Amino acid sequence: MSDPSLTPIHSETPERPLSEPVLSVRDLIVEIPTRYAVLRPVDQVSYDIAPGEILGVVGESGAGKSMTGNAVIGLLDRPAHIADGEIWLKGRRIDNLRRDQMRAIRGKEIGMIFQDPLTSLNPLLRIGDQLSETILEHLPVSRAEARVRALQALDEVGIPAAAERLNSYPHEFSGGMRQRVVIALALCAEPSLVIADEPTTALDVSVQAQIIALLKRLCREKGTSVILVTHDMGVIAEAADRVAVMYAGRLAELGPVAQVLKTPRHPYTDGLVGSMPMASAGKERLRQIPGSMPRLGSLPDGCAFHPRCPRAETRCRQNPGPTLGADHGRAACWFPVGEVS
Amino acid sequence: MLAYIIRRVFQSLLVLLIVGLVAFSMFRFVGDPVDNMLGQERTQADIDRLRGDLGLDQPFPVQYWKFLGGAIQGNFGVSYRQGRPVADIIVERAPATLELAAVSGLFAILGGIGLGVFTAIRRNGLAANAIMTLSLIGVSLPTFLIGILLIYVFSVELDLLPSFGRGEVVNLGWWSTGFLTQSGLLALILPSITLGLYQMTLIMRLVRSEMLEVLRQDYIRFARARGLRERAVNFRHAIKNTLVPVITVTGLQLGSIIAFAIITETVFQWPGVGLLFINAVQFVDIPVMAAYLMLISVMFVAINLIVDLLYFAIDPRLRVDGRAT
Repeated sequence: MSDPSLTPIHSETPERPLSEPVLSVRDLIVEIPTRYAVLRPVDQVSYDIAPGEILGVVGESGAGKSMTGNAVIGLLDRPAHIADGEIWLKGRRIDNLRRDQMRAIRGKEIGMIFQDPLTSLNPLLRIGDQLSETILEHLPVSRAEARVRALQALDEVGIPAAAERLNSYPHEFSGGMRQRVVIALALCAEPSLVIADEPTTALDVSVQAQIIALLKRLCREKGTSVILVTHDMGVIAEAADRVAVMYAGRLAELGPVAQVLKTPRHPYTDGLVGSMPMASAGKERLRQIPGSMPRLGSLPDGCAFHPRCPRAETRCRQNPGPTLGADHGRAACWFPVGEVS
Repeated sequence: MLAYIIRRVFQSLLVLLIVGLVAFSMFRFVGDPVDNMLGQERTQADIDRLRGDLGLDQPFPVQYWKFLGGAIQGNFGVSYRQGRPVADIIVERAPATLELAAVSGLFAILGGIGLGVFTAIRRNGLAANAIMTLSLIGVSLPTFLIGILLIYVFSVELDLLPSFGRGEVVNLGWWSTGFLTQSGLLALILPSITLGLYQMTLIMRLVRSEMLEVLRQDYIRFARARGLRERAVNFRHAIKNTLVPVITVTGLQLGSIIAFAIITETVFQWPGVGLLFINAVQFVDIPVMAAYLMLISVMFVAINLIVDLLYFAIDPRLRVDGRAT
């Protein structure tokens, strides 16, 4: 980035978190070595999350959203691994920790919520036992006390008759209720950060809003930060404070939700926002982004989005977009929407 | 639950009846017992008289009916060869086979589950790969060959373990046990390994593949994401979920351990019911064969029933007890 011509075009001052960030991801690169090539599902991603903040991460399937979350919590499936970059949690570097040190952080400092509540709970263990074992693992409490906390946790996520339900097995709950149990499990050791990986994708539309509202309320109350991974712009608009848009492993745009939705800078974000169904404008056909996201093995030269981009020029075909970091502007684009270069 | 058990018991009885019928219809092809029972100098009159005495001149459904009538009262007839009640002979021989089967069953289950879990958790390790390769031998070598190889190595060359028989036994009432003497225990080692090796490798390979499947499940990932220790993830969350399919196969394998003890008992001259059966086949001792086959089918049917009940114990989703709302 020494060549001055490669410096991105700034349009506004970058969003700086008000206080010390809970999580700092710096130039994170995740690589998967395969027989033919080394794939990069996450390429130089950087972001900060302030205490209590909800950061939405959107993108298509395979854009690297989940992979980033898995890298943060240290659950990358081999042979995927962090090739470069740093991850800091409350001022402590965690990407290079030993396996048992990282395990102690999981659940205690960073909680995780998975997509499908039907398969996230062990079918053979009572949910009270699954809660207790998590609490006992991370907090210095007695068995009886863990039981009380498990009860509180269930109560907080709005499970009726929580005391009786402690003895229930997962199959005795509906999908929405199970996702509430999963949230209770992710929050029961009071982590400072929760990674919610598509928490509502597998749920009924009517239940989705409830779950998002619940997650939002609990995290506000406890001051927990959230990385909300989703491909649903509606969920982002509803829940997130800031949004990170990912495309082909890179961060395309990062900014406050209202701004990004109202004045998208990256052409890809512009396309995404344009394709959002609006209740008020139901007559028109929804806009589409032509083409589809390139596969990891066959990324084009230059900016990965240029074959689909209406604004692409020679420079886009030759140089990858500017790397977007905490202080590199809002959009990783040479020719952002709404600006004249 | 009770209705289920009763229904299953009735089904089992039906199975037993059919097994008996098939067995009896086949005995006529095994040979003519009368040939063995009378000496060289026999007359047609002798043969006809003996046939009449034994009821062999009657059609097999009638023979079967008579057998059933006796069996219900615990009377399995008299052995042609030994001239003693079959029930007595089997009771006398059963402890040897049951003890052998129990030890090799234990060996197969503990070894199979232990090695299966080990090779699943360390699936890329050197030891795990070596065990998997060796297990191919266990699956593919025939039982009698394993027995003979073990005898050659440990009895003939190393002279460590006895090559045949039960050693000294202690009688506890009608039960004769080899567990209480040193020679009895030593004598159990080789036959148990021979009998259990195939089942052990089978259980091990099954546990391994089930365990690998379970370890890929979301709830295992979620358990890891909650920061549980590897030990808790593997032994609390994963193992229990692998057990349901494993129990099915293991149950049937334990049944076949008793049923197929025949070969091992022949190789090691083990005085159990398997050896009794082989001798009975050679002599066309119909009452002994019939009783043995019925016993084996009772056992298989019982094991199946127990396996089904174990599912209920392990998997709460099968229990319908009205607690769910």
